[in-house]
Amino acid sequence: MSEITTSPSLPLAVIAAFAVMAVLPLFLSDWIVFLIALALAKGAVVLGVVLLLRGGLISFGHALYFATGAYTVGFLANRFGIGEALVALPLAIIISAVAAAALGVLLTRFRGIYFAMLSLALSMILYTVLIKFYDFSGGTDGLSVRGFTLAGVTSADPALVQYYLVLVLTAAVVYVGARFLASPLGYLMQAVRYNEIRIEYLGASASHAILASYVVSGAVSGLGGALVAYLVGHVSPELAFWVSSGDFVFVAVLGGTGSVFAPLVGSIAFEFVKNYALKFSPNTWQLTLGVFLLLVIYFQPQGLWTLFTRLRVKPRWLRR
Amino acid sequence: MNILPIILLDGITFASWLFLVSAGITFIFGVLRILNVAHGSLYAIGAYVGATFIIRFAGQEQHSWLTLPLLLLAAIVVGLTLGPLIERLFLRRVYGKDEVIGLLTTFALFLILEDVVRLIWGIEPYLVEGPFRLLGRVRIAGIAFAVYPFLLTIIAILAGLLLWFIIHHTWFGRQVTCVITDREMAGALGINVPRIDLMAFALGTFLAALGGAFTAPMMSVEPGMGLSVIVLAFAVVGIGGLGSIGGAALGCTIVGLARATAIQLFPEIELFVIYALMVAVLLWRPQGLFGAIELRKI
Repeated sequence: MSEITTSPSLPLAVIAAFAVMAVLPLFLSDWIVFLIALALAKGAVVLGVVLLLRGGLISFGHALYFATGAYTVGFLANRFGIGEALVALPLAIIISAVAAAALGVLLTRFRGIYFAMLSLALSMILYTVLIKFYDFSGGTDGLSVRGFTLAGVTSADPALVQYYLVLVLTAAVVYVGARFLASPLGYLMQAVRYNEIRIEYLGASASHAILASYVVSGAVSGLGGALVAYLVGHVSPELAFWVSSGDFVFVAVLGGTGSVFAPLVGSIAFEFVKNYALKFSPNTWQLTLGVFLLLVIYFQPQGLWTLFTRLRVKPRWLRR
Repeated sequence: MNILPIILLDGITFASWLFLVSAGITFIFGVLRILNVAHGSLYAIGAYVGATFIIRFAGQEQHSWLTLPLLLLAAIVVGLTLGPLIERLFLRRVYGKDEVIGLLTTFALFLILEDVVRLIWGIEPYLVEGPFRLLGRVRIAGIAFAVYPFLLTIIAILAGLLLWFIIHHTWFGRQVTCVITDREMAGALGINVPRIDLMAFALGTFLAALGGAFTAPMMSVEPGMGLSVIVLAFAVVGIGGLGSIGGAALGCTIVGLARATAIQLFPEIELFVIYALMVAVLLWRPQGLFGAIELRKI
C-alpha cells in the first residue's frame, strides 16, 4: 500500500500517455484497441476502488456500482428504447451516485473486514435480484445492448467512436480523481487510514470524508460499468457477482494506490495478461492470473505503478 | 398440508451443511486474522477427494458402510496435506500485513485452486450417490425424507462439539486462545506461534474438506461448486460475528431456517433473504451477533 504520495497536478506524463493512446487506433489492430478500451472502462471502476483503499477501506462489492451503471444502459436500451449515450451515461452516473450515497450512509459505520463483508453482501443482493426477477432484468440471460447513438448520430464505425468516447471519459475520470485526491477531502482520506480519532480531534469528520469518497467512487464506477455495457454490447448478472468485485480489488492492488493513473496501468496490464493467458493456456488462465497476483503481492506490494516512481534518476516530468 | 416440519427439517439440514463450511472460516479468521476466500475451493477439493476415494475403493455399487469412513478419511487427508502446504507456502508471508493483502492472497489461491481442480479431475461431474441410497428414506409427519441429510446434521454437531472440546479442554486449545488474545505476548511466553498457526489452518481446512466430502453424495461434484458456498459462508460468519464458533452455529441456524422458509413460501427470494439478513444483522450489530468489538486505532 502506498505511503502518502499525492501529486496535486497531473504530471505531463499522463497527458502524454493519453495522447499516445489517442493515436493508437491508427497503428494497432482492432482487437487490441478494443482491449485497451475495455481496460480503460474497467480502470474507471478500479479507480473507484482505489479512492476507498487510500482510506484503508476495502470495498469487496464494487461490482454493485459496476453492474448498476451497466444495467442502466441495458434498461434504457431495452425497456425505453433509448440508445443515446449522452442520455444513458449521465443517468448511469447519477443513479450510481444516488445508490452509493444511500448505501454509503450505512457503510460509513464500518471499517476493516466488516466494511468488506457488508459491501460484499450488498452487491450479492443486487446479484440475486438481477437473477431472480426475470421479467425485469432478463434473469441470467441478461440484456443485450444494441444500437448506440452519440448526440443523435449513428456512427459508421461504432468501435472507433466507442474507443474515443471511453478515452475522453476516462481522461475526465482521471482528472476528477486527481482533483479529488488533491482536495482537503482527499488528504483527509489518507489520514483516515492512519488515525481516525486524531481527525476527529482536529475538528474534521472521518465519516463525512468516507461518505464523500464513497459517492465519488460509486459514480465513477457506474460510468465504468455503463461504458463496458456499450463496449461489450451485453449486460448479465455476472457483472455483480463477487468474483467480479474481487477482480477490481485485484487490479487496484496490481496497479497500486500511488497515483490516479495507476489503476489504468493495472487494468491494461490485467486485461493483456488475462487475454494472453486465455490464448496460450485456455485451461489454466485463472491459475496464471492467480500466480501473477501472488507474485505482485510478494515482490511488488506497492503495485506496478512503483516501477515508474522507483526509477533512480527520474525524468523531470515524473518528479513530484 | 402442514409445511412447518418441512421448513424445520430443511432448515436444519441446510444449517448443518453451512456450519461445516463456515466453522473453518471463522476459526481461521480468529487465529490468523485472514478471511479465507479460498475456503470454498478447499470445500470443493474435499468433495472431489471423497468422491475419488469412493469410486476407487468402494466398488461399482458404492453400496457399503465402508463409504462413510472413506469420506472422513478424505477430509483428514486434505486437512493434513493441503492445509499445512498452503499455510507454509503462501499465508505465512502475509501475516500482520494489511487486511486487503490477506484477502487478495487467498483470492489468488482461490483462482489457482479452481484451475488445479479442473486439471486434476477434469470438468465432468462425479456422481457418488452410494451413501445417499444406502441410508434410504424415512417418513416423518407423513412426508418421506431422505435419511442422509440427517447424517450431515449429526456430523455438524459432532464437528462443533469436537471444536469446542479442542478449544476449551486441550493444551492446544489453550495455546490457540492465547494466540488469539495476543500473538506477541503468546510468543514471548514460549508458545510456538507459527506451529499454532499451521495447526489452526490445517484444522480449518479439515472442516472445509469434511463439509465437502460428506456433501459429495448429495450432489454432483463439479467445477465451480465452491463458488457460491463461500459467499454463503461469509454471510453466516458475518451474521454470527467473525472469529466466534458459537456465532457461526447461531448464524447458520438463522440462515438455514430463513432460507427454508423462503423456499417454501416465496421461492424467488431464496438467496436474497440470506444477504438481506446479513445486512440487517450487521446494521443492528456492526460486529455480528457474537463478534468482539475491536479497538480503534489511536
